[in-house]
Amino acid sequence: MPPTATQETETQAPVIDTIAIKVDGREISIPKLSVDPISGRPVPTTMIQACAAAGVEVPHYCYHPKLPVSGNCRMCLVEFGTPAMGPDRKPILNADGTSKIAKSPRPAIACASPVSPGMEIYTTTPGVKEMRTSILEFLLINHPLDCPICDQAGECKLQEYSMEYGQAESRFAETKVHKPKQVDLGPRIMLDDERCILCTRCIRFTRDIAGDDALGILNRGGHNTLSHYPGKPFDNNYTLNTADICPVGALTSKDFRFQMRVWFLKETNSVCTSCATGCNIKIGSREDRIYRYVPRDNDSVNSCWMCDEGRLNYKWIGREDRIQTVSIRKAGGGLESSSWTEALKHVTGLLKQATPGSVAIIASARQTNEELFLLSTLAKKLDALTDVVPRSGQADALLVSADRNPNTTGAALTGFITAKPGSILPKIAESIRSGRIRTLLVIGEDVTRHGLDAALLGKLDTLVVSDILPNATTALAHVLLPGRAHAEKRGTFTNIKGRVQKFMRAVEAPGEARAEWEFLQELTTPITGQAGFAGIEALFNHMAAERPGLKHLTWSDLKDSGATASGSEG
Amino acid sequence: MAKEYRLILKNIDSDGYTPDLECYVRHGGYQTLQKALKLPPKIVSEEKTISVPEQIRDEVKLSGLRGRGGAGFSCGLKWSFVDRKSGKPIYLICNADESEPGTFKDRQIIHKDPHQLIEGMILSCYANDVKIAYIYIRGEMAEGARILNRALDEARSKNFLGKNILGSGYDLEIHVHRGAGAYICGEETGLIESLEGKRPYPRIKPPYFPAILGLYMCPTIVNNVETLCAVKHIVDMGASEYAKLGTPNNTGTRIVSISGHVRKPGYYEIEVGAATLGELIFDFAGGLHEGRQLKAIIPGGSSAKVFRAGEKFKIKKRGATGADTEQEIDLLDLPYDFDSIMAAGSMSGSSAIIVMDDSTDIVEALANLSEFYAHESCGQCTPCREGSLWMSKALNRLASGNGRREDADYLLRIADNIPGGRTICAFGEACSWPVQSFVRKFKDEFEAKGAQAEARRNSGAGTAQPSTALPAHSA
Amino acid sequence: MNAMAFSVPKKIEAEIDALISHYPEKRSASLMILHALQDHFGYVSGEAMEWTAAKLELQPINILELVTFYPMFRQSPIGRYHLKVCRTLSCALGGSHQLRRGLCKKLGLPEDGHGPATTADGKFTVEFVECLASCGTAPVMMCNEETHEAVSAEKAESILAKCN
Repeated sequence: MPPTATQETETQAPVIDTIAIKVDGREISIPKLSVDPISGRPVPTTMIQACAAAGVEVPHYCYHPKLPVSGNCRMCLVEFGTPAMGPDRKPILNADGTSKIAKSPRPAIACASPVSPGMEIYTTTPGVKEMRTSILEFLLINHPLDCPICDQAGECKLQEYSMEYGQAESRFAETKVHKPKQVDLGPRIMLDDERCILCTRCIRFTRDIAGDDALGILNRGGHNTLSHYPGKPFDNNYTLNTADICPVGALTSKDFRFQMRVWFLKETNSVCTSCATGCNIKIGSREDRIYRYVPRDNDSVNSCWMCDEGRLNYKWIGREDRIQTVSIRKAGGGLESSSWTEALKHVTGLLKQATPGSVAIIASARQTNEELFLLSTLAKKLDALTDVVPRSGQADALLVSADRNPNTTGAALTGFITAKPGSILPKIAESIRSGRIRTLLVIGEDVTRHGLDAALLGKLDTLVVSDILPNATTALAHVLLPGRAHAEKRGTFTNIKGRVQKFMRAVEAPGEARAEWEFLQELTTPITGQAGFAGIEALFNHMAAERPGLKHLTWSDLKDSGATASGSEG
Repeated sequence: MAKEYRLILKNIDSDGYTPDLECYVRHGGYQTLQKALKLPPKIVSEEKTISVPEQIRDEVKLSGLRGRGGAGFSCGLKWSFVDRKSGKPIYLICNADESEPGTFKDRQIIHKDPHQLIEGMILSCYANDVKIAYIYIRGEMAEGARILNRALDEARSKNFLGKNILGSGYDLEIHVHRGAGAYICGEETGLIESLEGKRPYPRIKPPYFPAILGLYMCPTIVNNVETLCAVKHIVDMGASEYAKLGTPNNTGTRIVSISGHVRKPGYYEIEVGAATLGELIFDFAGGLHEGRQLKAIIPGGSSAKVFRAGEKFKIKKRGATGADTEQEIDLLDLPYDFDSIMAAGSMSGSSAIIVMDDSTDIVEALANLSEFYAHESCGQCTPCREGSLWMSKALNRLASGNGRREDADYLLRIADNIPGGRTICAFGEACSWPVQSFVRKFKDEFEAKGAQAEARRNSGAGTAQPSTALPAHSA
Repeated sequence: MNAMAFSVPKKIEAEIDALISHYPEKRSASLMILHALQDHFGYVSGEAMEWTAAKLELQPINILELVTFYPMFRQSPIGRYHLKVCRTLSCALGGSHQLRRGLCKKLGLPEDGHGPATTADGKFTVEFVECLASCGTAPVMMCNEETHEAVSAEKAESILAKCN
């Protein structure tokens, strides 16, 4: 089984048996065993792992650290030697007392060959360079060389290694093999078989990681062709990962192809918001427009994969109908544009006068830890009922969590909710109906779809709503505050296993939209008396100090891969 | 004059000899098995006894038997690598995927004496504690598969197979599995993948050594048809008697397939090394056709490097004193054994000799072989997939009169980038050795072919027509 | 798609079930099942592949990978008599090109072809194949499952004559 979001293990490190080897003359010590990415069992450390540990990159196409080894591309061939043994089975020594090395007459593929004590690996010899050059030549003879119109350009391993090992001129004097182009593999993936180098990464991924044995190689020899079964679309929830791991331009994302040259994209570290797993992502954007999400490696969360649903869930951020202005409803009339200063002053004024228990707050579990924390301090002061709106779906065996909110755990850890998500909503509805609750703050949810219909909301004195996109609740707001998508602000989410992960701002928000944590500080300070913080770092650190579950964490502890909150599992 | 020594072929082709059980038993068949199953364990000391299976394994090791499929690897050593402690079942597969061009020896055994193979298999399985074995037979040999299935049914009916064989307590089942037209299935790990119902992509080694991680990731032995038959004779004769046949390190007998431009092509069983290449071609196979001269010999199936007529080799010979002396030997005087052919730079492989006389267009002959390899490459790994097709295209172009003088070097540069451990399996060698050897040894002819085509193009005669076929001689 | 639903006769399916029992893992039976289905239906159709995949609890792509790899399997019908002429070296040295051309000429098929060619009446398919492991009696040709050795022009004529 591949590592999944629901089985994070940070078990005690076993006693590590290390061996000493040399890579290009440099001595290193490496563990004898490594963890197999599929079975999770210890397997002998391979040359490619040893080279990586020594800081030596061995060029490769078919090898992928998270997939079973195939060994077909032969790009990672290296030369090596092992201590020479005498007839007495003892190492033969050189004059200086070192082991005499017997160089193997045959090269080995670094991806599959185990290291052994005293081994010497050579990756820079003329022999190795010549092998790389010839492998690259073989891969290119039937390749269409259509880089100018290829979406992989800039991320292509053929291009990359050609810089180092390529020949200026092709000596191929024969007719190229022609294969299918623009093959519609499935709803999200296109295949160009002429570009395919038959490394089988995609086949192994979908069979061994995604559990959908959907791709295969047809025909034979030089006519080998990657394919799905005709009439059976390649359509699982992880197909787009194959475009990521395709080392060439054979598999491309229908969503992204022809949209933007990758070298124009700015990459921003972020976290997927489509479920509670919190897959680490990189947002690719240019001029404040998002073009794609790609998964970012994090072995504690998503390895290097993400689901298609999450990956494609970015288009709403660039929607034309985003809420862009702050507005206040005039007496008996419609919403009129206002300003942040005016609106926040208005809301603060109302909240200050509110009698304890007359305010309720419904926030989205898509809001950040910092935002939920600020709301929790406000709620405490106002003795407000609070809840989030639960979102659930079917979990899968790989990454997708049944909890489709990215920060339900954060809602609890920050103290914003103390009961089961959604369990307080009926009580809030009832209290509005009974007239006990007069003011409702809704942050990022359309509560009309969750038991608080328009008639009920009509009973309120004040409905303060912050959201990103218009909906039935925003239409009823007395005060409407434009919020920001995660890609437009900084903050943290806590995933289902209690991992606190930060995300950075990729794009500017439209219009007057502001990060919720920013305006919530302005809103809460006059009520809670807690002064605002200049930046998200200070706010996070304050929050962490205040909340037992987050104790000992600081913003800088989170690094790029997050950190586990104490008291949570895993 | 060298003579045939018919051990495995003893009964084959003799008058009235039929492939049925009754005939086999009448000729002494299955007596070796019955004898072996009744053998007592050997008591070495109070603490140590050697079981009968282990005794058979020891015998096979002592016999010096080398695999008859192509690689010539010690059978006893191969068996000794088997992981017997894993607790997993051990499988044995008979490699009957006879596909190396020029080779047609196993076919004779399968068709004409199937019980000899089955007896050899049962003994080999017994020796290795195998409970399920398969005969992987090439798909085209549908008749061979039927004959084997009939023979297996007969053997079952007499309890040579099945549960509690002949009251010994030993159970064994053998099934016939048909291939479907793929040379690569002769490669033992390709064969295993094929038998698992997958594309026959050879496995990477390490880690997938069949003796440890073979069929269904269990320890597995893959032996050639002739090798398994030899086991029967080793058990029957005893290792020391068997080892007296042939020469040291090249023991026993081999069935040599001779084809091509000879008067009496066919299969001949000899003591290994007891006949020279010249004797095999001129005495056994009747020599060349009227008025023809020898041009080339492929000594061990089409993958083996070609010899050019008139070649001489300097070969080390171990003298009576144990000291090595270097000796010059003419091609036709090379003893036909594993080591001599290898010392001459080629291999006896599957012991198939293809003879070409002076009527042969050597470029076309190589183009023919390269087309075979391009067709048979499984395409799994880069150098072989791309290189085999590249060489075949270039050779077809050259053979069809559209070559260039530089094509000889061009071909060598391709061929030199394929073998030597750069591919997953030995097919890389198999497809490039013919090109390397043909082009190097007949470079004059390759260059002449290219030069002719260039001259014709320069004279404005345009593109040549596709080549005609290789010249044929009726036998 | 045929109007008739694809169905494997009980007898064939029983044979197939017996074949599956020969292996600890049933995927191993793939090739043997495909042989059985091709023997019965004449070729391996998409339905046959899907049936095989379902029978072995595999995906259809797993079977298509095999059918397209192994040249003995075909995805469309061919002539009733399948003449496979060996193309490889020993047979070529023994006249297999001439044999193939002679057959094609006689049957009115393109003479310079290589892959399978079928006569208009659907009676014969002539095809070049690789080494049939009978090199000592070149040229060699198979007619359906029967191997014919040392096939001279006259012998070829008589083989054709016996195909009714």
